[in-house]
Amino acid sequence: MKKLAALTLAFCLVLALGGCRGNTGSSGSSTTAVQKNGAIYYLNFKPEVAEVYQKIAEAYQKETGVELRVVTAASGTYEQTLKSEMAKSDAPTLFQINGPLGYLNWKDYCADLSDTELYRHLKDKSLAVTSGGKVYGIPYVVEGYGIIYNNAILQKYFETEGAKAASAEQINSFSKLQEVVEDMTAKKEQLGIDGVFACTSLKPGEDWRWQTHLANIPISYEWMQGGVNLTGEETREIAFSYNENFKNIFDLYLKNSTVAPKLLGSKQVMDSMAEFALGKCAMVQNGNWAWNDIKGIEGNTVKEEDIHFLPIYTGMEAEETQGLCIGTENFFCINAKASEDDQKRAADFICWLFSSETGKKLVTEELGFIAPFDTFSADEHPNDPLAGEVAAWMNKEGVRNIGWNFTLFPGQTFKDHFGSALLQYAQGNMSWDEVVARTVDDWKVQSASR
Amino acid sequence: MQKSLRKYFAVFVLPTLVAFVIAFLLPFLFGLYLSFTRFTTVTNTQWVGLENYIRAFTDNNDFLHALGITAAFTVVSACSVNLLAFGLALLLTRGLRGTNLFRTVFFMPNLIGGIVLGYIWQLIINGLLLRAGVDITYDPKYGFWGLVVLMNWQMIGYMMIIYIAGLQNLPGDVLEAAEIDGASPWQKLRRVTIPMVMPSITICTFLTLTNSFKLFDQNFALTAGAPMKKTAMLALDIYNTFYGRIGDEGVGQAKAVLFFLMVAVIAALQLRATRSREVEQ
Repeated sequence: MKKLAALTLAFCLVLALGGCRGNTGSSGSSTTAVQKNGAIYYLNFKPEVAEVYQKIAEAYQKETGVELRVVTAASGTYEQTLKSEMAKSDAPTLFQINGPLGYLNWKDYCADLSDTELYRHLKDKSLAVTSGGKVYGIPYVVEGYGIIYNNAILQKYFETEGAKAASAEQINSFSKLQEVVEDMTAKKEQLGIDGVFACTSLKPGEDWRWQTHLANIPISYEWMQGGVNLTGEETREIAFSYNENFKNIFDLYLKNSTVAPKLLGSKQVMDSMAEFALGKCAMVQNGNWAWNDIKGIEGNTVKEEDIHFLPIYTGMEAEETQGLCIGTENFFCINAKASEDDQKRAADFICWLFSSETGKKLVTEELGFIAPFDTFSADEHPNDPLAGEVAAWMNKEGVRNIGWNFTLFPGQTFKDHFGSALLQYAQGNMSWDEVVARTVDDWKVQSASR
Repeated sequence: MQKSLRKYFAVFVLPTLVAFVIAFLLPFLFGLYLSFTRFTTVTNTQWVGLENYIRAFTDNNDFLHALGITAAFTVVSACSVNLLAFGLALLLTRGLRGTNLFRTVFFMPNLIGGIVLGYIWQLIINGLLLRAGVDITYDPKYGFWGLVVLMNWQMIGYMMIIYIAGLQNLPGDVLEAAEIDGASPWQKLRRVTIPMVMPSITICTFLTLTNSFKLFDQNFALTAGAPMKKTAMLALDIYNTFYGRIGDEGVGQAKAVLFFLMVAVIAALQLRATRSREVEQ
């Protein structure tokens, strides 16, 4: 009897094990079956448009019969997800990198794209990620950032007695901006706001608006004025010579904000956007992607026609002609380790997305991308107010927009260190000189392993 | 029975062995290998020898600093959790009114996930510090003690249950004998109760020590290392190294191997130390 029981038990165990194996076997074969019919696996970077990609996949399958599988990495975890997905046998065929440094990390996986049709349609070839005359990343969206302002509040201010400016156009330098902002702070009760600027979110992981976007401006000026070759070795070190300019604007943000500087360590970007959307402040530094955040906040009081961009002035010389910071950190790459057929399929898909009528419509209306390709006519841009503004700034006469050179910053660790130094400075625990010294030092250290 | 056990030994041990090899041994050995390589994805590696281990200490001070914080935190929280849990267990085995209700209430925090707890306590602590016009990132002390409070709040209930189980198993005759011999309550606790619940103490110190040492979620959600990584513990430092900079994955992996060794040594030492004090009932 005991023997029988033992045997039955053992048999059950073997069955269970066998069952497991059977399952994995069948799921494995189903994926290969799909690949035979032709499938694309895209690892998407932008969680805010994850649902749109499902629509795109449906439309693409309807038109071409090719299956498109889109997986979206959670916000801020793209590198992690890509690392683990790439190690699988069923790896993404289409993925993205964030610029030249991202390319260095993924160069073994980036296929040469110079012969793809999409690259031929790229308007400004200098935007692409290239190495040794070959093209490895094609930018697919152009974005811009600056100081977003709520014109309704500004108009209210311009009508007050002794206003320092009569219209937003008159604010064309740091000194003017400072004058206006400080006067607005003095009149904040009258204007019904808690502060001029939304809070300077400095929580770790939520500080990219300062350690990346704002820092781009002085660094870009430094490289521009020094005539630095951006693809060379010179970018391994910086002098941070325009640190005073960074401090100018950063201090202005801190001192005229809705939240006291010592409380900024727990503030998130969403807190800032909520303050702006609810009309508690007049300005916030962010980019055109923020429109979805502003629109999505319940009780939003900001009208669409009142939202505009102001360049981020830092007190540089002749900054009247400075525009927004316009560029990209989203580059399509095709997995070089995928089969040739799969690579071709991925290239066909991105070409379809940005040149077919259906694809273009999805891009401008659903994804809300300003696409840098000649297949788009001048009036084919997204109709949200911020994207419209960016498109307008791109085409403005006599304006010098600043590129997105932060793609050359030496990595996330550097940015995190800089962000935490900024927090210490805001809290009054670190002098500005020390912040500068640490930043210059850390840049060098963090560039060493690249 | 003995004979058939021997006969079917392989059959019975096989499933567990297979699971153990697939889910633990292979990944562990592979991880060990990765710590000696430079890699982007785990399938694309390049042998670099001991470089990662050297860089773990020479690139910056983060690892040693995190080790210091972790050691301090582990000592403080393991002591406080065990003392408080034991105290509660003593109180709740006296047959007071509402004992069951209290046991449930104290156990509840253990059912909430670490990330959620981290965010909740961040709100609470920031709310308190708001009176002083600062927040939790202002001073590393706030983050450290915040983490201790959080850990206590979460772990006490669980350890309490283990202690209660131990206390309920105490043989009444020994205590009775002590009482007849005229032992004071303190003497009874010190000379009878504690030696008798030593197995529970072993398991509780083991759990608190290793859990505190390996803490990640709560650390990540409460401060994420702010200010300036001064509250980043080992697990968080490994995570930051691994994902922070291109080319540092191997260094993170090397730190993880060192981390494993430390946890293993501490756990082994602790088990040996407390085991030796256990008494046969």
